[in-house]
Amino acid sequence: MSAFINGIGMISPQLTTDPHLFLPEVKEYTADYLTCIEPNYKEFINPIARRRMSRLIKMGITAAKLALSDANLLPSTSREGSLPDAIITGTGLGSVEDTERILSGMLAGEVLMNPTPFIQSTYNTISSQIAITLKCHNYNSTYVHRSFSFESALQDALLQFDEGTAASALVSGIDEMTLNHLNITRKAGHWKIKPANNLSILSSHTPGALAGEGAASFMLANAPSSSTYASLNGVQTIYRPADVIQIENHIRRFLSGYSLSTDDMDAVILGHNGDCDYDSIYDKLGAGIFREQQQLWYKHLCGEYYTSTGFALWLAANILKNSLIPAAVKLNNRNPKQLKNILVYNQYRNINHSLMWLSK
Amino acid sequence: MAQRVFVTGLGILSSIGKNLSETLDSLLASRSGIGRINFLNTRHKENFPFAEVPFSNEQLLEMAGIQNEDGYSRNTLLGIIASNEAYYHARLNEISPLPTGLISATTVGGMDRCELYYKDFLTNDSRNAYIDGYDCADSTERIADNLQINDYITTLSTACSSAANSILLGARMIKSGQLDRVVAGGTEALTSFHVDGFNSLKILDTLPCRPFDANRNGITLGEGAAYVILESEEAARAGGREIFAELVGWGNACEAFHQTASSPDGNGAYLAMEKALKMSDLKAGDIDYIYAHGTGTDNNDLAEGIAIEKLFGENIPRMSSTKPFTGHMTSAAGSAEAILSVLSIRHRMILPNLNFQTPMPELNITPVTTFMKDTDVRAVLSNSFGFGGNDTSLIFKKVTE
Repeated sequence: MSAFINGIGMISPQLTTDPHLFLPEVKEYTADYLTCIEPNYKEFINPIARRRMSRLIKMGITAAKLALSDANLLPSTSREGSLPDAIITGTGLGSVEDTERILSGMLAGEVLMNPTPFIQSTYNTISSQIAITLKCHNYNSTYVHRSFSFESALQDALLQFDEGTAASALVSGIDEMTLNHLNITRKAGHWKIKPANNLSILSSHTPGALAGEGAASFMLANAPSSSTYASLNGVQTIYRPADVIQIENHIRRFLSGYSLSTDDMDAVILGHNGDCDYDSIYDKLGAGIFREQQQLWYKHLCGEYYTSTGFALWLAANILKNSLIPAAVKLNNRNPKQLKNILVYNQYRNINHSLMWLSK
Repeated sequence: MAQRVFVTGLGILSSIGKNLSETLDSLLASRSGIGRINFLNTRHKENFPFAEVPFSNEQLLEMAGIQNEDGYSRNTLLGIIASNEAYYHARLNEISPLPTGLISATTVGGMDRCELYYKDFLTNDSRNAYIDGYDCADSTERIADNLQINDYITTLSTACSSAANSILLGARMIKSGQLDRVVAGGTEALTSFHVDGFNSLKILDTLPCRPFDANRNGITLGEGAAYVILESEEAARAGGREIFAELVGWGNACEAFHQTASSPDGNGAYLAMEKALKMSDLKAGDIDYIYAHGTGTDNNDLAEGIAIEKLFGENIPRMSSTKPFTGHMTSAAGSAEAILSVLSIRHRMILPNLNFQTPMPELNITPVTTFMKDTDVRAVLSNSFGFGGNDTSLIFKKVTE
């Protein structure tokens, strides 16, 4: 069964929080990592709650509220029937800031840990804080599997629609970056060793991605509404495929499961992140199975992070809603005759691969 | 057509045993795993008892059959050992493969190495092999690689209900026909991160935990891993293997009350149990045993007790918490207790709630305190509740032809 995207809240390094604007300009950065342009949380979270909340929790709650408001479900969330039947969150790292605070404290020999960072470092805090904010007692879960985190959350929601156990679900993908975490994970080869310009990462020809962050929240329902962007019809994760041929086979099988082929896709969104060691996978697919397709990319806008496909879903949904492809996301120029079907393909370090199919 | 979901394999490693048979022996002998902590270097060694898995990381590496030790956290090793046991217990190695998933749960992932090597992470390159092991997915991917599972893998984290939600998701994927087999469960190693964190919340008991006792004073932290093999009916019937139980009901609800406290009326617990019962098509009276979450905190046991009284009224089934045996295995608790629930069906036994002396004045219920043998256990309701109000209940039923 399809999930209709009826509202989106998107906090990212671009201007994405206003649902009436679709990439009005492209923010250029030269930085170690791309940082979210954060909204004024005062408008979304009451001061008592806000005071103790760490950044990731504030981003998560605000993205959720933006999604509900975009779906015309706010402010009367306590109204029967307007609460989501499920709140599901994907986060690869949870609150990095809180975890680091604890680890630094332990390293400094602090005897008493502050309970607030401990509580907030727990990965399910975002989902449960959203539930507390909305007073929503329904299904609640959190997925924490690297670049499958957001996809697993979406799959859970789609499965609930199939089961008939939910008619709506608030699904989020949220991750943050800190300079400290960047420096540690740089040593494991994840990131570029020097600050990079986000708009020129494709020509960097260096290993490591440009890191980023974001909070994306989607109000999904089993029926369309006046605010519907598009429908999300399928999500699949692929773990450690052997080679590009196997990836192509997975893509064909995924689409043929819906009696579709790549020819039916008016555009494909690819996950190039500027890491020359792994972007070649996209290039091979671009010259192979996707060679006739309009190819788009997005990570120069938001950076690489475990739930970056939340940004890709925001992009795809907006392209379908506005029947418009912003020039800044085009990798080639195929001038598709229509914009009805979009495929998102992402992979991180050739381990976690995923597919999402959306239609108008 | 909706598939039925069967349990065909069990694997568990905890303070009371390195495998299923040792676990059963400890239960039969009422032998608790709670005691002094030997392997984790915590500042609270003398302050609290713990339920530690009695093996060093080197021993665990050997038990897991790992040759190259680079990057393996304790969390991962526990997970590999327990998932291996479940896999072979279900004899999945002897039958033809079907689409199989791995759904694993953890709360702090590879924090056991991260907290030890954090200074190295910041200042030198000696421990870089452990950097990627810090997150929650690393243990899952290493478990999947060890079992050569790649059809579907994911990691769940809903605090102390995590592994129950792994089982819940696995069951849903089988019921809907998306997968034929799932290895589902969770793994959690003791860490200073958790010990200091739980201590900061002032919910660690200086004595071994006393669930549902009027004088209870908190949790005893444990560790370990536990996985079940779930299969569709057709898959489970292949190869003439034993079927241990059917998973007939599940429910997930959220307290939406407080980040670390249960609501005074146990609303989330009630909703989770009610959902599971409704789905199972069983009546409240059909439940022979409530395998309680029973952590030993003031808050949980009261909320859970009130919710049980509200759901079952005057006829409350036999009930106990086994956390005085295994300690609170946090993210692995849900699957560990699911396994013990299945064992109670299979071995016709009710496990005692150790350390119980004085009934709680607020409740009319008292747990089972002595080991009950040769008693019919046809359906067990297993509760797992977590911080953030993430509450999940599972119902296992005896298989009748």
